[in-house]
Amino acid sequence: MPLLELRDITKDFPGVRALDGVSFTLEKGEIHALCGENGAGKSTLIKTLCGVNPWGTYGGEILLDGAPVRFQSLRDAEHHGIALIAQELALVPELSVMENLALGREPVRGGLIRWDVVRKDAETALELVGLDVDPGRAIKELGIGQQQLVEIGKALAKKARILVLDEPTAALTESDTARLMRLLAELRASGVSLIYISHRLEEVFQIADRVTVLRDGRSVGGAPVREMTTEKVIAMMVGREVGTLYPRPPHKPGVSLLKVENWTVEDPLVPGRQVLRNVSLEVREREIVGLGGLMGAGRTALVSSLFGAARSRVTGTLSLHGGPARKPFASPPEAIAAGLALVSEDRKRYGLVLDASVSENLTLASLLRFVRGFLVDDRKREEQAREEAGALNIRASALGAAVRQLSGGNQQKVVLGKWLLTKPKVLFLDEPTRGVDVGAKAEIHRLIAELAEAGLGVVLVSSDLPELLGMSHRVLVLSLGAATAELSASEATPEAVMTAATMKV
Amino acid sequence: MTSAPSPVTAPPAAPALRASRVSIPWRSLIMVGALVVIWIVFSLTTDGTFLRPRNLSLLARQTSVTAILAVGMVLVIVAGQIDLSVGALAGLMGGLAAISYMNRQWPLGVAFLAVLVGGSVLGAAQGSLVAYLKIPPFIVTLGGMLLFQGALLGITGGITVSPSRPFLYVGQAYVPLWLGWLVMGSMAAALIASGVRRGGTVLWSRVGFAALVLAFTAVMNAYEGIPVPVLLLLGLAAFFSGVAHHTRFGRHLYAIGGNREAAFYSGISIEKHIIGVFTLMGFLSAVAGIVLTARVGAATSDAGRIMELDAIAAAVIGGTSLLGGQGTVWGALLGALVMASLDNGMSLMNTEAFWQPIIKGSILVAAVAVDMAGRRTRG
Repeated sequence: MPLLELRDITKDFPGVRALDGVSFTLEKGEIHALCGENGAGKSTLIKTLCGVNPWGTYGGEILLDGAPVRFQSLRDAEHHGIALIAQELALVPELSVMENLALGREPVRGGLIRWDVVRKDAETALELVGLDVDPGRAIKELGIGQQQLVEIGKALAKKARILVLDEPTAALTESDTARLMRLLAELRASGVSLIYISHRLEEVFQIADRVTVLRDGRSVGGAPVREMTTEKVIAMMVGREVGTLYPRPPHKPGVSLLKVENWTVEDPLVPGRQVLRNVSLEVREREIVGLGGLMGAGRTALVSSLFGAARSRVTGTLSLHGGPARKPFASPPEAIAAGLALVSEDRKRYGLVLDASVSENLTLASLLRFVRGFLVDDRKREEQAREEAGALNIRASALGAAVRQLSGGNQQKVVLGKWLLTKPKVLFLDEPTRGVDVGAKAEIHRLIAELAEAGLGVVLVSSDLPELLGMSHRVLVLSLGAATAELSASEATPEAVMTAATMKV
Repeated sequence: MTSAPSPVTAPPAAPALRASRVSIPWRSLIMVGALVVIWIVFSLTTDGTFLRPRNLSLLARQTSVTAILAVGMVLVIVAGQIDLSVGALAGLMGGLAAISYMNRQWPLGVAFLAVLVGGSVLGAAQGSLVAYLKIPPFIVTLGGMLLFQGALLGITGGITVSPSRPFLYVGQAYVPLWLGWLVMGSMAAALIASGVRRGGTVLWSRVGFAALVLAFTAVMNAYEGIPVPVLLLLGLAAFFSGVAHHTRFGRHLYAIGGNREAAFYSGISIEKHIIGVFTLMGFLSAVAGIVLTARVGAATSDAGRIMELDAIAAAVIGGTSLLGGQGTVWGALLGALVMASLDNGMSLMNTEAFWQPIIKGSILVAAVAVDMAGRRTRG
């Protein structure tokens, strides 16, 4: 008898059947991966399992230890030992680590919280996940990898025997991911069962015992991982065979588009400390330059400071098109005017106006081109947006739809399209495929290749090592703010990049 | 790989850690510093009248009504909400208390109790609209404000009601000198005792606060004694500060304001907490209304007008973030004191009345500007 069984789960949203008779089982002490493109129904399924969609709002049955259960709320599910680690980190930045760990189940006596117990419980939980920080520190002072561990500690502190992880590594670096994988394996060994959702198939194959694939709200099959291959899973997810994942164009570098020398950036939070030291970088026509490194190595600081978006002192020189060396751009408009574009790491925060339409977002950065007199020429604007959306294969029911309603992959394409309309010479891409499903990922890769072939210089920041290595002609590796290696495509093996990325300088 | 420093273990982030520990008192120090500057300026421009016990006693009483509202407002804002109806609700409740006591001859206790319950119910009703119908609190309480203003005008018929003596005690009486010393003395002792238990720097800050408590008592007793509304305020502030920091309800308000999703996924009922905090705010509005009516000695048809803005300003000057998740009750008290000091000092100087809102508005914006600048440099 499986520990957990979802039988024939059906869930309707107004106008859409999100889940259509999905069944799923979980054995004790196994890691069962759940795969599928965005919108396939993974999140809906686990929300149903975890009581976020309460009993009565879905069809079918959930059996725990063979007995039917009907969860009314998340807390209900937690009482039965099922804990959810949601995709967006569910931590309160201002509160301390220990308060976050205890949140929602603080021990009280006479109405007052027992802080001594809270602290002691926190220390136990932190030790369990192998995180060595002061429980009194505020969450916002921790790195994102550390925060992820706090999340897992929080779930374990609830005495969870079933742990549901939704994209836990989306924001983690390779080494944080490796650490998480070890922790998950330890948890499995201690008898905890895990449901693991990830877009990164290599993780699935590394850690999971079984994999189930969802597509369009249906289960299209599941099998032990050893009977599966990456290609098979991808084919099941997209319902078709995907060609080569990394369509890197041939390396035919033209003239120098951007040459950066002695680039040094101060830490905006700690004046005097440098997040980047004397980094040099050159991008030529038709060239994709990868930026490798761990979280906090300074990759994002490099591209955002080149784009004029640093909030601290930047020194060094840059030259465009082999022109004379000049000082750093003081603001993004200057950089845009010079032909630079930045697709930032967090599209929802920096890249999109979520409630505005697709066409409005697409033309946001190039609006000046559609201005006649004092007014925006809406027809011309629509026209351009339609053209760009077509070129990018953006699946929006209409250009008038709010970007919020789009899948992650389509949102990312809107951001890309927005910048392409500014007709840039050099394109900075900061984690362009984070949280994007496999199908859209391949499309974004193809797009990057096309852009490079058309003559653009691309600087690609990615924590997804296969992507970084698969797409880049050259890889510049940063470690703790300094460049530690510059590798050609043939030299850039995962081992070489990781060695340089963990090098101390 | 194995010898590489794992970025997950405690990073060499000692500076960040130290910075965070220092930054907290730093912000309050700026507030206290600003208050001291304001007081010095006023004592110079009024030839010392400002700092006489008689005036400080008046200042404390002037602070009380706004501060009672600000105590609740902090919790409302911390939870990521806003309540624009508190001034009007205070006015309405004060008026109702006066009318039921004077015109309807209700016993004083019954009149007070009825008003406290009424305020809480109206607060809960507004909270329910916010929580269940998902109407933005700005709109719900803006509507509430107009509604309560109209109701007050309706029940008073535009006529001022002046309650008789027992009612007025709440706003105008003084605590007997010995009782003041007893209450505040034991509070100082409790502070020092808790400081001794914790040791270290905590001890010194607790001793400092104890000294402040005793100095306050000495100054108040040098006049007529601690005013009843001020003692009431301090009691409410201490109680709600405890609620904010040491109860689940309070901590969950911070969690909801800090990251609503996180609170939800931690199994916290956001609806219940929103209703709860608006209920508390309604209760405190009723208390403030009673104190207001008693202090002024009259329930007028426009009582409480724009007090909600003073309360919000007090909370914000006191370090509450309008984004939610941050703020303290004691900070709001300090903020209310800053606002009242400006009113009081400018009246003493016989400044023309139009200057008061101009100065207060400027101070409000400046306070937030300083706070934001501080946040930028310190992260």
